[in-house]
Amino acid sequence: MIEHIDLSLIDWSRAQFALTAMYHWIFVPLTLGLGILVAIMESIYVRTGNPEWKQITKFWMTLFGINFAIGVATGIILEFQFGTNWSNYSWFVGDIFGAPLAIEGIMAFFLESTFIAVMFFGWNKVSKRFHLAASWLTAIGANLSALWILVANAWMQYPVGMQFNPDTARNEMVDFWAILFSPVAVNKFLHTVSSGYVTASVFVVGVSAWFLLKKRHTLLAKRSIVVASIFGLSTSLLLAYTGDGSAFQVSQKQPMKLAAMEGLYQGKSGAGLVAIGILTPSKKPGDGKDAFLVKVEFPKLLSFLGYRDPEAFVPGVDDLIKGGFKPGFKYVHALEKDNAMSVEEKIVLGKKAVAALVSYREAKAAKDTTKINLSLAELNQNFPWFGYAYLNSPQSIVPNVPITFYSFHLMVYLGLYFILLFTVVLYLSSKNQLENKRWLLKLAILTIPLVYLASEAGWIVAEVGRQPWVIQDLMPAMAAVSKIEASSVIITFILFAVIFTVLLIAELMIMIKQIKLGPKDGGTH
Amino acid sequence: MFETMSIDTLQSYWWIIISILGSILVFLMFVQGGQTLIYTIGKTEPERKMLVNSLGRKWEFTFTTLVTFGGAFFAAFPLFYSTSFGGAYWVWMAILFPFIIQAVAYEFRSKPNNLLGHKTYEWFLIINGLLGTLLIGTAVATFFTGSAFSVNKSALTNLLDPAISRWQNPAHGLEAVLNWRNVALGLSVFFLTRVLGILYFMNTIDNDNILTRSKKQLLFNAIPFLVFFLGFTGAIMFMPGFAVEPGDGTIFPEPFKYFHNLLQMPLVLAMFLTGVVLVLAGITLPLLCIKKKGSSAFWYAGAGTFLTVFALFCLAGFNHTAYYPSTFDLQSSLTICNSSSSHYTLTAMSYVSLLVPFVIAYIWYAWKAINSKKIDAAEMEEGGHAY
Repeated sequence: MIEHIDLSLIDWSRAQFALTAMYHWIFVPLTLGLGILVAIMESIYVRTGNPEWKQITKFWMTLFGINFAIGVATGIILEFQFGTNWSNYSWFVGDIFGAPLAIEGIMAFFLESTFIAVMFFGWNKVSKRFHLAASWLTAIGANLSALWILVANAWMQYPVGMQFNPDTARNEMVDFWAILFSPVAVNKFLHTVSSGYVTASVFVVGVSAWFLLKKRHTLLAKRSIVVASIFGLSTSLLLAYTGDGSAFQVSQKQPMKLAAMEGLYQGKSGAGLVAIGILTPSKKPGDGKDAFLVKVEFPKLLSFLGYRDPEAFVPGVDDLIKGGFKPGFKYVHALEKDNAMSVEEKIVLGKKAVAALVSYREAKAAKDTTKINLSLAELNQNFPWFGYAYLNSPQSIVPNVPITFYSFHLMVYLGLYFILLFTVVLYLSSKNQLENKRWLLKLAILTIPLVYLASEAGWIVAEVGRQPWVIQDLMPAMAAVSKIEASSVIITFILFAVIFTVLLIAELMIMIKQIKLGPKDGGTH
Repeated sequence: MFETMSIDTLQSYWWIIISILGSILVFLMFVQGGQTLIYTIGKTEPERKMLVNSLGRKWEFTFTTLVTFGGAFFAAFPLFYSTSFGGAYWVWMAILFPFIIQAVAYEFRSKPNNLLGHKTYEWFLIINGLLGTLLIGTAVATFFTGSAFSVNKSALTNLLDPAISRWQNPAHGLEAVLNWRNVALGLSVFFLTRVLGILYFMNTIDNDNILTRSKKQLLFNAIPFLVFFLGFTGAIMFMPGFAVEPGDGTIFPEPFKYFHNLLQMPLVLAMFLTGVVLVLAGITLPLLCIKKKGSSAFWYAGAGTFLTVFALFCLAGFNHTAYYPSTFDLQSSLTICNSSSSHYTLTAMSYVSLLVPFVIAYIWYAWKAINSKKIDAAEMEEGGHAY
């Protein structure tokens, strides 16, 4: 069936969204974290009255401004892309998904855009305290913005607080608070913003380490390192904690994503967590081949982390396709509580739901009350599998396992490394020995690209791992895409790739130059 | 409070919110209009620096309003969002690209080692000012003239081809420029924003050369604005509009529909006329060399712009009118009733909308704080943050 849908359009639409989202995500984490770090530094300045802290604040604020601008530039397309490239999605769930986007604009974007102007141009125009308030409000605005877009994203992964309306052929919101406070949303928000705080902390530590290596602006560097490593250590611990929370939510709500994250094809009780592993490149679902060429794992840890029970059964890719096991995860329909259905069965139920919708709309037009009620009952009963109707084979629910697996493990390794780095840097700073450890200073600089890699890897896990679903179980990507020519999307993809790459290069060149100019010139250009 | 309101009332309330955001957006596009004049009014580098910096302190308001306008449309009228953005793909992309390059242009323009050179970033501002205003005006004109699309919600059940909204013209929105009425509104928005930009320069910059050239440019831009605006307004008043049968929602062509709307909604008529008078006052006060009034002419013209655009949105959406008509299939036309979100969502969003006055209040406060003193050459040389 899927062969009739323009696969090239779907793939290019996916590629364009991935491209624009990943470019945007290069800049957002630094905005989230550096905004708070700048506000903390300015708070110290206002409290102490020490002009050195003002200079430090203005230096980092200059870098914040450069990064902020390109973050805004890459962000605008993301909002409108839901309409331009995913128009069916926009109608199917616009009643729910549009609200957080609008709230983001009203509540967060205006806060950011109003007070960032005061932050940069208000030094000699407003009082110290008003300026400090503006810096904090800019940082809060950025983080509030993250809250609403992450609530929207979490809802796509775990759709709650809504009901399908067959008259309008869309899902409608019935519980705003369930959407806002869904456990997936809470974990996703905390995990994502804390990754931003860690990114900014690594950035500040790395740039400051460069100053120490060059023996320039050492006071600024030392003070910045203390602030950033305290902030970085505390938030990297939060990152690890919410990472566990997020993975737990994945295991409960998106078991296929968890299986892909761990390269787990054959489920088992007391499943181990892969510490190091190389996947078999030719591995396909159900082919019976060993999933790993090499693997070292922590025994029972996956079961424990995913189900809080070291003996729990963790289903693998093959189990989730074939069904026939007792699910331990919570996001499961009553019909599957004792025995998970196969994807083939779910496809049948999804088609029943679609047929019931056809029947309902026909009955409604004919004003046939009996048929309306029967169709509605059939639709409601089978709606949880609505999206399966669009799938052409059971295997199509399997995301790209190697990309998801390697991204996940890279993210986790790097996350643990950041905790270690902040601990060592903070310890040596407190002993005033950091300047002598040139290897560590160099390592801190080299860590800057690594934190971006970790951050992007996190989003790859979240978004590649949930494919093919745009909305978990309800709408796959092939049913969500706009009715446009693939050639149009290819052209815009190339345009975005060129523009964003040029702007990224420009941003890096400006940023590096501003760092080289240092704090004396910071804020004056 | 909002829970007890009927769906009709909530839909009207949200059309008003959308209209307010749209009106504020057009007013704030003085930034775009001003950007197109940086070489015309600024003849030297210090003059251009003053112009860019006066606009640079406000560009994010316009940008944010555009994003919020889109978000509010998505939340309140998702069928418009999916139909127009997914269908008129190229026109929306052509609008968005200039905003991408604008967002970096201010911050990167004067930074050393900026890869492209400061002139390129200035051209980014000019391109944004030209295309942004022209195309947004052209796109909004289709609210009156219509577009070729169809909507079929049952298509969702076609597993091979489930798209609900389909654009029926291969140009995917660019065909709007072939209708002179659309182009007339696009050009009138372009020249209006240039007028507003000029008045903003006069309001915020203390420089005799800029003031003199601004006055000269005011007339050059006000005349084409008036010609195109009157052309567009006259055209829509006399052409058939897209009316909605209140009982069953059937859409049918009605001669002089928008003229009828104007007469049948006296408040809208009053807003429209007041708006036009205020814009004219904003244009003429500086030309009459009333110096004090000339400085505040920006606010007269700004308020006038707000009221006029607000009235146009009311004409498009209220009084049983289809605000996004389909010329391909009349019954696919979008109305505020058939394209809106559910009662629950509109209610939830209505509570959020109560934040809008608070947002406007802090914007106003911050605006006054930053604009308390006019920009002059000395400030540009002080060494503070500047674009």
